[in-house]
Amino acid sequence: MESVELIYKAIYILVIFGLTLLIATYSTYAERKVAAFIQDRVGPNRAGPFGLLQPIADAGKMFFKEEFIPAKSNRLLFIIGPGVAMIVACMSSAVIPFGDTLIIDGRTIYLQAIEVNIGMLYIFGVVSLGVYGLMIGGWASNNKFSLLGAIRAASQNISYELAMGLSIIAILMMTGSLSLREIAAQQEGFNWNIWYQPLGFIIFLTCAFAETNRTPFDLPECETELIGGYHTEYSSMKLGLYLFAEYINIFVASAVISTLYFGAYNFPFMENLRSAISDPVLANNVVTLLGVGVMFAKIFFFIFFFMWVRWTLPRFRYDQLMKLGWQILIPLSILNVILTGGGILLFDRVKDYLF
Amino acid sequence: MTESLFYFLASLTLLCALMVVIAKNPVHSVLFLIITFFTISGHYILLNAQFLAAVNIIVYAGAIMVLFLFVIMFLNISKESEHKVKTSTLSKFAGTIAGGLLFVVLIAALKDTGVTGYSPDTYNSQVGMVENLGQVLFTQYLLPFELASVLFLVAMVGAVMLGKKETGEQHF
Repeated sequence: MESVELIYKAIYILVIFGLTLLIATYSTYAERKVAAFIQDRVGPNRAGPFGLLQPIADAGKMFFKEEFIPAKSNRLLFIIGPGVAMIVACMSSAVIPFGDTLIIDGRTIYLQAIEVNIGMLYIFGVVSLGVYGLMIGGWASNNKFSLLGAIRAASQNISYELAMGLSIIAILMMTGSLSLREIAAQQEGFNWNIWYQPLGFIIFLTCAFAETNRTPFDLPECETELIGGYHTEYSSMKLGLYLFAEYINIFVASAVISTLYFGAYNFPFMENLRSAISDPVLANNVVTLLGVGVMFAKIFFFIFFFMWVRWTLPRFRYDQLMKLGWQILIPLSILNVILTGGGILLFDRVKDYLF
Repeated sequence: MTESLFYFLASLTLLCALMVVIAKNPVHSVLFLIITFFTISGHYILLNAQFLAAVNIIVYAGAIMVLFLFVIMFLNISKESEHKVKTSTLSKFAGTIAGGLLFVVLIAALKDTGVTGYSPDTYNSQVGMVENLGQVLFTQYLLPFELASVLFLVAMVGAVMLGKKETGEQHF
């Protein structure tokens, strides 16, 4: 029993890992297609049907490019930097519930790699580590512009982490649990958190853009002010890993947004569907598999949303970014926490009064 | 299994903590300190205190050490300044004597203490979980907890006061 559980977990983690990498790979293709659509171009269409082999061609090109390490750089840290960025990006998808339970041969299987009762804190901790990859890489390059880019990235990430944490606190007050499986399970049917936390969602979304260094907050790699940001000196697949880590971060951010605010694997009328099928095991499995599909549909929508915003909005100025983070988002999220607390108290009173 | 894991983690912690002191490059010192925090979080997980482990990583590795790295990267831009710092023989002697005295005091303090055991029957293994920790913090230790939060507030106000531009100061 124990070893079977272990083997299942290992297979599941491998599948999630592979899926994360696959989705990140095809995000690069999707990004170029979306950009082309928005700018009225065709986009990549030479490699394979519809240009579907383009990411593989890109990766091949990256691997065959010259591997360049600056002469006066710190060699070890220069090599470790992209690896740290990549590992940290891959770590956070472990606690995300991609689906409810599957029942196979009477055994209940949770579609979640690891269930910890501090799931949200785990994600938050991993996100806060993401900045090390950039900082180590930027500093080890021994280049003024890399260092400036790294410093910018670090201060941006630290500033937006605060507002992000505060907006999550409002969710935690409502659900009363840090476990992502619990948070997902409480949004049964159409009872999604977005209906109760619209302000918190907007704050979280803005912070997610800033944490993943996406436009309009891609100041760490602002070409007009810095040459290329923290990865100025990087070439070949090391640069590829940095860019790839960004896409993995987008995938994870989309998954977290879907889980926290858009009901994870829940969809409207899932109870009706469950009761419509007579065999309870079959009903459970059908609902779960549909739920996994719905979860990925939500994730893909948010990945598309990230790209949509990138090709629509111009970049902020750095002082505007800092002002938005510290003077607008943090007070707003504190207000959101207070409103949520008041709402919970009021709801309890009204419930006592009515019933 | 748990015991060997503990010894592995403990030796790694000690090694990394030692490297913080020994490393020539201050940035390497900071990175070793970060690894030390990770191993300490590993110890917390071994003790079934997941909340402490996560908070340790978020607060120390995620926030404070980033600021450390920040400052040291700024200071370390010119490599020449490192060579100017020379320790005199006198300060080396003073350091050795002070460290030795501290060591003696520590041994004197620790030699008579024993490790208090726990009884497996009454021990609650869930004591380090979030719910239990929150219960204890907000009932039994409410006053110290709130006082600590006031302390943080004072520190924040102080930081804002220091960072504030005074009237007539040049705007860059």
